[in-house]
Amino acid sequence: MADDPVIRVHGLVNRFGAQTIHDGVDLEVERGEVIGIVGGSGTGKSVLLRTIVGLNHPAAGSIEVLGRDMLHASDDERREVEQRWGVLFQDGALFSSLTVAQNIEVPIKEHLNMPLRLMDEIAATKVGLVRLPESAADKFPSQLSGGMRKRAGLARALALDPEILFLDEPTAGLDPIAAADFDQLIRDLQGSLGLTVVVVTHDLDSLFAICDRVAVLVDKRLKVDTLAHHLQDDHPWIHAYFHGPRGRAAMAAETRREGAGAAPGSH
Amino acid sequence: MAPAATLFAADDPDAVILQADGDWLVATATALDCELRALNLPQGRHVTVDLGRVERLDTAGAWLVLRTEHALEVRGNRVEIANLRPNLKPLLEQVRVTGHVEPLPHPVPPHHTLAGFVARIGEITVRVMHRGYMILGFFGMVSITLARLLAHPSRLRRTATLVQMERTGLDAMPITGLLVFLIGVVIAYQGADQLRRFGAEIYNVNLLGVGVLRELGVLMASIVIAGRSGSAFTAEIGTMTVNEEIDALRTLGLDPIEVLVLPRLLGLVLTLPLLVFFVDLMGILGGALMCWAALDITPQMFLNQLQSAVSGWTMWIGVIKAPFFAAIIAMVGCYEGFNVTRSAESVGRLTTQSVVEAIFLVIVADAAFSIAFSVLGI
Repeated sequence: MADDPVIRVHGLVNRFGAQTIHDGVDLEVERGEVIGIVGGSGTGKSVLLRTIVGLNHPAAGSIEVLGRDMLHASDDERREVEQRWGVLFQDGALFSSLTVAQNIEVPIKEHLNMPLRLMDEIAATKVGLVRLPESAADKFPSQLSGGMRKRAGLARALALDPEILFLDEPTAGLDPIAAADFDQLIRDLQGSLGLTVVVVTHDLDSLFAICDRVAVLVDKRLKVDTLAHHLQDDHPWIHAYFHGPRGRAAMAAETRREGAGAAPGSH
Repeated sequence: MAPAATLFAADDPDAVILQADGDWLVATATALDCELRALNLPQGRHVTVDLGRVERLDTAGAWLVLRTEHALEVRGNRVEIANLRPNLKPLLEQVRVTGHVEPLPHPVPPHHTLAGFVARIGEITVRVMHRGYMILGFFGMVSITLARLLAHPSRLRRTATLVQMERTGLDAMPITGLLVFLIGVVIAYQGADQLRRFGAEIYNVNLLGVGVLRELGVLMASIVIAGRSGSAFTAEIGTMTVNEEIDALRTLGLDPIEVLVLPRLLGLVLTLPLLVFFVDLMGILGGALMCWAALDITPQMFLNQLQSAVSGWTMWIGVIKAPFFAAIIAMVGCYEGFNVTRSAESVGRLTTQSVVEAIFLVIVADAAFSIAFSVLGI
């Protein structure tokens, strides 16, 4: 049971009108790993993510999450799985009429019968967990910066302590420092909460910083491999992606970082 | 299946042991919370929180452990957390580092007190006055731009103005026409019922003529246009504000008032009177058909009576009001569009507000016209 993949996508086909976006996508995500999905603009990275979480119905293929066939599950079964994952949308997708704390409490209120005081305490814990200042809890989304909204969205995604976390472009629109902080936060939480993370990203730095494996969407299919293997790949797009100027810079930064991190330990 | 989360307090003279068991998860947190609160925490003792039998722990469970630890420490106990499984340790540390010990209390809504109620009335009054002041300012700004346009008529955006005339006037003809036609039918029918008692059925024509031509035609058309076009103005300009298109116009050296407001204002001011004339005809037509069907007043008789009942002025009074109402609707619609902040939510809120304000102001203006006309003796 423990060795079964958490997410298993097989032969997924997505079409919009006459246009085929995905043609036989396969993906297996193991428990506790961080997997990054990359691909050019318009290759359907976000569509893939939306399909896995059930916001988009595929034309063909199968999706299994936590051992359950999501495309043929009953509503109750789906809901049961949905409580065990959290999704962070691109701009947080916070409910604009609710404060941050109330946003975090929405899933708790819906799924658990919990006293108000305890719910407030748990919401405050989540606010701290994503490193938002305490004062942010009573603010409305419109009063927060983009980075804070993302953190608040992450706090809501973590409200029910899910096993799987889906992130859609978590660092897009953040400045490099905030993006690096966010990467670190995801890595920390993944370590301490034992999360399985699926992250769609454009950001090479965060790819190098947080992902165990990388799934590249090319030719309407996924190529899943470790970064090291992708770097050897001679597919023209994959090569251009990882060996372009930005790819090289991100790789160099990562090597430097690892070198600095490894130095004290090697003594 | 792991046993349900439980807590067991073993009391011996030297040390207190809190023995935790089972899953400490968000799903079991409610029961654990009850138990923990019911626990009569000792004072000034050494307490061991034994987590050895906790199988699973999540942030909610970790928070409960840390809250208990904190509560015990506050009461002067020495607390030790023991036997936590090594794989759960990082989680507890993470929550300890970042968790807030005391959550923020929910703020009490201020308007639940009497003082808050009075303050709210004051606040709203000030806001309404400020809003009136701002609309007046906007009106001034548009007037200046309009004056500049009159000096250089070639700067008028003809295509945009024509498009607005089509959208606000031509496209609105079926709906407004049908509506006023039905109003004519209803008035004729109700009037017939009342006037028949006095044998004065023929005066139904007077009621209809004066009612539709002077008031109902222009009011109904304005209300429908406020809902149809005023809201569209707010939504269009509001969406552009959200997309920073207004800012883009400014940086390109274009005046948003000239580009966006004047075509809408001129388009509506030119078309609403025409639309009012059209709906007047439809209203009379509806009334005439009803009179024919219910009162046996033939179209010939109807026209004769109408000629004696109304003068040319009766219709003009209705049509004259139309450009003023059109200006109110266009101004309010555009003004609220510029008021949109950069959130999609404010587009919806201000669109609703613009329709309510426009209809309110149109009816106020209509009342003012009535008074003015009666003073003038028209």
